[in-house]
Amino acid sequence: MIQFDAVTKRYENGFEALSHVSFHVQRGEMVFVTGHSGAGKSTILKLLTLMERPSHGQVIVAGQNLSRINTKQIPYYRRNLGMVFQDHQLLFDRSVFDNVALPLQVAGVHALEIAKRVRAALDKLGLLSKEKMLPITLSAGEQQRVGIARAVVNKPALLLADEPTGNLDPALSAEVMNVFQDFNRVGVTVVVATHDLELVHRLGHREIMLRQGKLIHGA
Amino acid sequence: MSDKNTPRGASANVISTQDTLSAWASHHRFSAVQSLGKIAAEPLSNLMTCLVVGIALALPVSLFVVAENIKALSGNWDANPQVSVYLRQNIPSASALLLGDKLQRIGGVSSVVYVSPESALEEFRKYGGFGEALKLLDENPLPSVYIVKPISADAESVTLLAQQLKGLPEVEYVQMDLAWIKKLQQILKIAERFIFLFGFLLCLGVVLTIANSIRLAIEGRREEIIVVKLVGGTDAFVRRPLLYSGLWYGLLGGLLALLLVLLVIHLLTAPALELALMYQSSFLPKGLAISSALILLSVSTLLGLMGAWLATSRHLRQINTLTP
Repeated sequence: MIQFDAVTKRYENGFEALSHVSFHVQRGEMVFVTGHSGAGKSTILKLLTLMERPSHGQVIVAGQNLSRINTKQIPYYRRNLGMVFQDHQLLFDRSVFDNVALPLQVAGVHALEIAKRVRAALDKLGLLSKEKMLPITLSAGEQQRVGIARAVVNKPALLLADEPTGNLDPALSAEVMNVFQDFNRVGVTVVVATHDLELVHRLGHREIMLRQGKLIHGA
Repeated sequence: MSDKNTPRGASANVISTQDTLSAWASHHRFSAVQSLGKIAAEPLSNLMTCLVVGIALALPVSLFVVAENIKALSGNWDANPQVSVYLRQNIPSASALLLGDKLQRIGGVSSVVYVSPESALEEFRKYGGFGEALKLLDENPLPSVYIVKPISADAESVTLLAQQLKGLPEVEYVQMDLAWIKKLQQILKIAERFIFLFGFLLCLGVVLTIANSIRLAIEGRREEIIVVKLVGGTDAFVRRPLLYSGLWYGLLGGLLALLLVLLVIHLLTAPALELALMYQSSFLPKGLAISSALILLSVSTLLGLMGAWLATSRHLRQINTLTP
């Protein structure tokens, strides 16, 4: 599903966020990308979502070489991904329903179909009763679940999460991870960047470990 | 749709063309209504923007209307040039009357009207406001006058005719009312060009004003724009509501400009009519034609769109390179 081939990312200020990193993630696999902050976890996710481009090497997702996707095609590529962020990136000026509906709206899905799919995603995350509420009125755990609902509403084959439990207490973190495992169980490939090593070890999925931009374990 | 638990790859998001089209149209509707709502939500600051646009456009349009009226007035005169032929004082009225036939036979003369000294004096008394002063005169100082209308209106042939008339022994003085009209028209040409350039600069100002308002709107919606791009929104999707905001600014500004111009016309019509009356002219001031009003509205709307386009193409690109 994901293939990194000798990927190096050097920023304009000379900082090398990734050095010659190669790894492979199978379709339907769930992996953790771990390391201290600045180790290059976020850079891997940014390369996968085409927020950044590698300086050297190639990234291939679902058989598609990302270097062949031009700027105009990026939105269409992103519609096939699910993304979860540490600060969940919800819009506070609209309801839970409208937040989750956003990926479908931008993709031009019919309004009736949007309502059906948004409710299905909210149902899956136990948020159906909160669809009319504003995100600001929800707890941190609920907000993160809205973020996950938005990530999965377009039924992506690949789900990417950047420190999804960064702001949550251990109980809520475990709950969020369970949600990811549920999606993984039905065939979604899941990549989670986290520094919560205890949680990673407990769940027992493959771990791709980075240190100062170099891959040290898990290729 | 298949079971929601079945993950599907790229094919999951293949959407029929019909769906895409109807979603596109509904997003247009949504953007148009939403952006108008956002303008209405902040009436004061947005009214400012619209007023700036309105005043900037009302200025050249009002000047244009005034210039058009002066042009119409001078054109009216130009279409019927007259040559006034003043006869010598010592010519008896009987021979003055006979001269009419002679003038009529001159080539290039269309019609001839005789104004006797008595009727000229009467006219003076009536309209000129000289009634009291004229009473002081012992005798009528006015000469006999022929008002000659040439067939051709062009300056050259009228000048030629005037020279011919001047050569007649009975004629003291010939006056063409053409020269000053030509000068006026030349001045009008300059004024018109000035209004055009002035209008162009003000239009540029309108575009920049609206671009600035849209830039502020982009700043205010930065979060939203980032998220929309992250979940696969195209630049066009992000730009659409902003372009509609520009369109509304332009249209509302244009409507305000129209109101201002109508106000200006209303305020100027009465004194213009009085002035026309003083000159015994049947001139009727022209307002703003419906077609001109429509042009004003479409131009202002277009300027709004241009301003929004300018702002979005500059500032959305900056957001593009940023990551949350």
